[in-house]
Amino acid sequence: MNDQAPLLALKDVNTYYGQIHILQGISMEIKAGELVCLLGGNASGKSTTLKTILGIVTPRSGTVEFQGMDVTSKSTTFRIGHGMAIVPENRRLFAPMTVLENLEMGAYLREDDFSEDLNDVYELFPLLAERKHQLAGTLSGGEQQMVAMGRALMSKPKLLLMDEPSMGLAPVLVEQSFEIIQRVHRAGVSILMVEQNANMALSIADHGYVLATGRIVLAGEAAALAADEGLKKAYLGR
Amino acid sequence: MEFFLQQTVNGLTLGSVYALLALGYSMVYGILKLLNFAHGEVYMFGAFAGYGMLTILGGSSALVVPVWLALVLMFLAAILASSAIGVALERFAYRPLRQSTRIAPLISAIGASFFLQAAALLMFTANSRTFNTPQLIAIDSGIPFGPIRVWMVRVLVIVTSFVLMVLLYLWVNRTKTGKAVRAVSFDREAAAMMGIDVDKVIVVVFLIGSALAGIGGVMVGLVFGRIFHIMGFVAGLKAFTAAVLGGIGSIPGAMLGGLMIGLAEAFTTGYISSTFQNLIVFGLLIVVLLIRPSGLLGRPELVKV
Ligand SMILES: Nc1ncnc2c1ncn2[C@@H]1O[C@H](COP(=O)(O)OP(=O)(O)OP(=O)(O)O)[C@@H](O)[C@H]1O
Ligand SMILES: [Mg+2]
Repeated sequence: MNDQAPLLALKDVNTYYGQIHILQGISMEIKAGELVCLLGGNASGKSTTLKTILGIVTPRSGTVEFQGMDVTSKSTTFRIGHGMAIVPENRRLFAPMTVLENLEMGAYLREDDFSEDLNDVYELFPLLAERKHQLAGTLSGGEQQMVAMGRALMSKPKLLLMDEPSMGLAPVLVEQSFEIIQRVHRAGVSILMVEQNANMALSIADHGYVLATGRIVLAGEAAALAADEGLKKAYLGR
Repeated sequence: MEFFLQQTVNGLTLGSVYALLALGYSMVYGILKLLNFAHGEVYMFGAFAGYGMLTILGGSSALVVPVWLALVLMFLAAILASSAIGVALERFAYRPLRQSTRIAPLISAIGASFFLQAAALLMFTANSRTFNTPQLIAIDSGIPFGPIRVWMVRVLVIVTSFVLMVLLYLWVNRTKTGKAVRAVSFDREAAAMMGIDVDKVIVVVFLIGSALAGIGGVMVGLVFGRIFHIMGFVAGLKAFTAAVLGGIGSIPGAMLGGLMIGLAEAFTTGYISSTFQNLIVFGLLIVVLLIRPSGLLGRPELVKV
C-alpha cells in the first residue's frame, strides 16, 4: 500500500446497465480524512457511482482504486472487508429483523468482538439502545435513518459512502443528521456523500463533484462550488 | 380412543416428514422466490442413498453392524447424496438463470425434476425397494402412549424431526449465517451491501434444505417401507402445499403446515377413506388461502422501506 495514493480513486470509469451507458468516463479522488460530496440532478448517476465504488455493479472500463489497490474486479465482500461501508439510498433496512440484528449485519464480516462499536453506535444514537429489540420495519423514518447510519458504522469503515442520508426527513432531523455526519467525519472516517441538499452538503464538505447525465461537469473546493451561481442554476435547479 | 390415537401418531409421523420437506421449499422460495420443483427428487435420492447404505451393510436381515450405527450411516449417506444434488441443482440449473426472467428458473426446475426422475429410473429401474424395517427394529418395540404402543421407528421419526426443526429455528434466529439467510431473503442487494456473500448464503440454504429432504426420504423408507423412483412427485406436491398452507418463506409455517397436512391425511384415511385424502388436503389449502392469502404464519408482503 502506498501512502501517497488517495484513499479512493476512480479513473475514467464507464458503467452500463445493459446497453445503457450510465457513467461516462468518471474520474474522482477522495483523500484520507476528507468529506466529499457528490451532487447532481435526478438520474444523473450518483447512486450508480456509489454502487460502482462498492462493486455492486462492475464498470465496463476504467479502474476503481481503494487504498492504492486496484479493486475493480474485486467483490463487494472484499471491498467491505477492506474498509468500505454504505448507507444505501432509501436506507434498505432489513425490515423483519430487529434493530440489533440490523446492526449485527453491518458487522457481518468482522471476526473480532464488536461490542465496543455497538456501544459507540448506541452513544451516537441513544434511542437505538432503547429500541434494539424492535423490528426495524416498525421504526419511524428518522429512527430508520439512525439504524442505517449505525449499521454502516458497525464495520468500522475507513470510507463511508452515503446515498442521500437526509432524504425524507423533516428539516430539524436533516440538521441533526448533518451534525452526526460531521461527528463521524471528525472521528476520522472519510466520507463520500450524495446529497440533494446541495448547500448544506457543501457547507460541511471539503470537496465536491457535480454530475450531469453520467459525466462530471464541475469539481472543486466545496466553498468555491457553493459560490458558483452557474452551478446552482444549471445542475441543482435552485 | 385407541383408533384416534393411532391415527394421530400416523398423522404426526407423516406430518414430520412433510414438514422436513416443506422447510426446503420454504427456505428456497424465501431466498430465491423460486419453487424448487426438483426438491421431491432430492428427497427420493436421499431415500435411495439410505437404502443403498443399508444394502452395503448387509441388508435388514443380515446386518454386519449394530442397528444404531446402521441408522446413523444411512442418514449420513442420505444427507451427503441429497445435499450434493441440491447444491448441484443450484449451481447448474438455477444460478446461471438468476439474472433472467422469473419464469426461466421455474422451467429449469421442472426440467431438473424430470431429469432426476429419469436418472433414477436408469440407475434403480422402476422396481420399488423395501427397507424391511421390522427386521431391524421389532414392530412390537416402542413406547406406550395411552392405550397404544408407538413403534420405535415412529418415535425416532417424530423426535428426530422435532429436534431438527428446533435446531433449524435456533440456527436461523441466533447464528450469524442464519441471520444472513434472513437478510438475503428480505433484500438481496442490501445484504450484499453489508458484505454478505450472497452466493454462499444461497448455497448454504440449498445444502440445509436438501439435507433435511434426504433425512425425510430415509424416514419414509423406514416407516412406510417402500421407496420408488417417482416417490418424490406426490410427496413434493404435498410438502409444497404444506409450505404454502403455513405461509411460504416462514420456517415455523412450514413446520405447522407439514403437521397439519399429515394429520388431515391420516384422519381422512382413518375415518373416511383414503380416496378422499387429496380432496381434503387440497380443500384445506384452498380454505386457508381464502381466509389468509399469505398462509397461516406467513406475513403479507412486507413493504421494503
Ligand atoms: N438497475 C438498473 N437497471 C437499469 N437502469 C438503471 C438501474 N439503476 C439505475 N438505472 C438508470 O441509471 C440512471 C442513473 O441512475 P442513478 O440511480 O445512478 O441516478 P441518481 O443520480 O442516483 O438519481 P436519484 O437522484 O434519483 O437517486 C437512471 O437513468 C436510471 O434509470
Ligand atoms: Mg440515487
